[in-house]
Amino acid sequence: MNAITNYFRSLLLWELFIGLKLTGKYFFAKKITVQYPEEKTPQSFRFRGLHALRRYANGEERCIACKLCEAVCPALAITIDSAPRDDGTRRTTRYDIDLFKCIYCGFCEEACPVDAIVETRIFEYHFESREGTVMTKDKLLAMGDRYEKQIAADRAHDAAYR
Amino acid sequence: MLEMLQTVWSGIPEILQIVLKIVVIVVPIMLSVAYLTLAERKVIGYIQVRIGPNRVGPLGLLQPIADGLKLVLKEIIIPTNSNRFLFLLGPIVALAPVLAAWAVIPFDDTLVLANVDAGLLYILAMTSLGVYGIIIAGWASNSKYAFLGALRSAAQVVSYEIAMGFALVGVLIAAGSLNLREIVLAQQGSVIHWFWLPLLPLFLVYFISGVAETNRAPFDVAEGESEIVAGFHVEYSGIAFALFFLAEYAAMILVSVLTSVMFLGGWLSPFEGIPILADAFTWVPGIVWLLGKTAVFLFMFLWFRATFPRYRYDQIMRLGWKIFIPITIVWLLVVGAAVLAEIGPWFD
Repeated sequence: MNAITNYFRSLLLWELFIGLKLTGKYFFAKKITVQYPEEKTPQSFRFRGLHALRRYANGEERCIACKLCEAVCPALAITIDSAPRDDGTRRTTRYDIDLFKCIYCGFCEEACPVDAIVETRIFEYHFESREGTVMTKDKLLAMGDRYEKQIAADRAHDAAYR
Repeated sequence: MLEMLQTVWSGIPEILQIVLKIVVIVVPIMLSVAYLTLAERKVIGYIQVRIGPNRVGPLGLLQPIADGLKLVLKEIIIPTNSNRFLFLLGPIVALAPVLAAWAVIPFDDTLVLANVDAGLLYILAMTSLGVYGIIIAGWASNSKYAFLGALRSAAQVVSYEIAMGFALVGVLIAAGSLNLREIVLAQQGSVIHWFWLPLLPLFLVYFISGVAETNRAPFDVAEGESEIVAGFHVEYSGIAFALFFLAEYAAMILVSVLTSVMFLGGWLSPFEGIPILADAFTWVPGIVWLLGKTAVFLFMFLWFRATFPRYRYDQIMRLGWKIFIPITIVWLLVVGAAVLAEIGPWFD
């Protein structure tokens, strides 16, 4: 009996019609496409994008050249040279992040004892030359100055969960 | 005005008249092919809950033109070890018969390029010729994947040709004529007079065989990109590749038109025989109904492609030989008996 019903089911293309019904239903479903340049998906305040070096409110740079970020970086993307400054404090003379090596894991940010190196929400960027792929100290500080408001707000938001 | 046009028309040499008529048929077909590719991407997109192409022009309406332009500008690469002549002949042989078949399609009671008596036979001949393009292309490419694709395609088309032919014989018995215009006229009356009802199994077999014949999903083993890369057209590029595409889509439109003509009453209005509606729609030209019915079948093609996974090769063969052919033969007997017994409302 079962064999007979199965035979007629396959002969009458029963299951194919069920499939057509399903796809037919989705034909009229609301489309979920996000039309990227015009529409964007919401971003988390923990988003890990392009890096930045922050400063204190008085304008002094936060980084003290402890090299914890360089040590923790799993992709060996960070290179730091340091020397004492005129006022006797230890500062970086070179702080490079190779963006081709960086995997945007956020470990540098976690390791930093003074919240100097951070990752911003910026993810839409491109390079036009070989040199451009390396974030130098100047570029990182400029990023920090430019986006400080957003960076500070995101850190404040995240503080409640730490 | 009309008389003036007529005098101008009869002033043109006959050869030129025929060429003009051909242009009037082929240009809209080519345009429909272009926009069918867009419709396909849109429909499949919608079924996958996407919105499909919408960047080139308003609603993506210029997308097919951009695609065509890209293919025209690309280089045609001819493999060194291929048979150059056959390699270039393949796409032409694939496209030409599909376009030639349109000569006998009646768009309206009087609107037909060649009102041939053996129209059905001509159609059968032309649709079977298309596969030679694929076989030639697959062989001339001198590539193993192309060759496998050509072999698969040949076996598949030969198998489904038989079921298709038998389905056409059913139409022939029911209409009592090979002339496509008379086949349509034999379906006059109302929606239930159309041949889809008395020939229901043949109707389904014909359309499914048509899908298989055009190498469309779920019968697209000739391309089978997951198994043999792209089948017969692996080695093709540029406009030569585009010709295969044109042929495939033109064949889809052809099969849809033929199904409408033979089973859904061609240019006849679906409201025929219904008292008030029939009068309300007499102003609609017959070609509109034909195009509407064709569009429904074309949508089915796209719907199938978006729904079904590819048939396995042995399943295709089983379906063609062990299911379709017995069904059509049995139904031929039924139709023959019905015609002899003059069973109404179709055969009285």
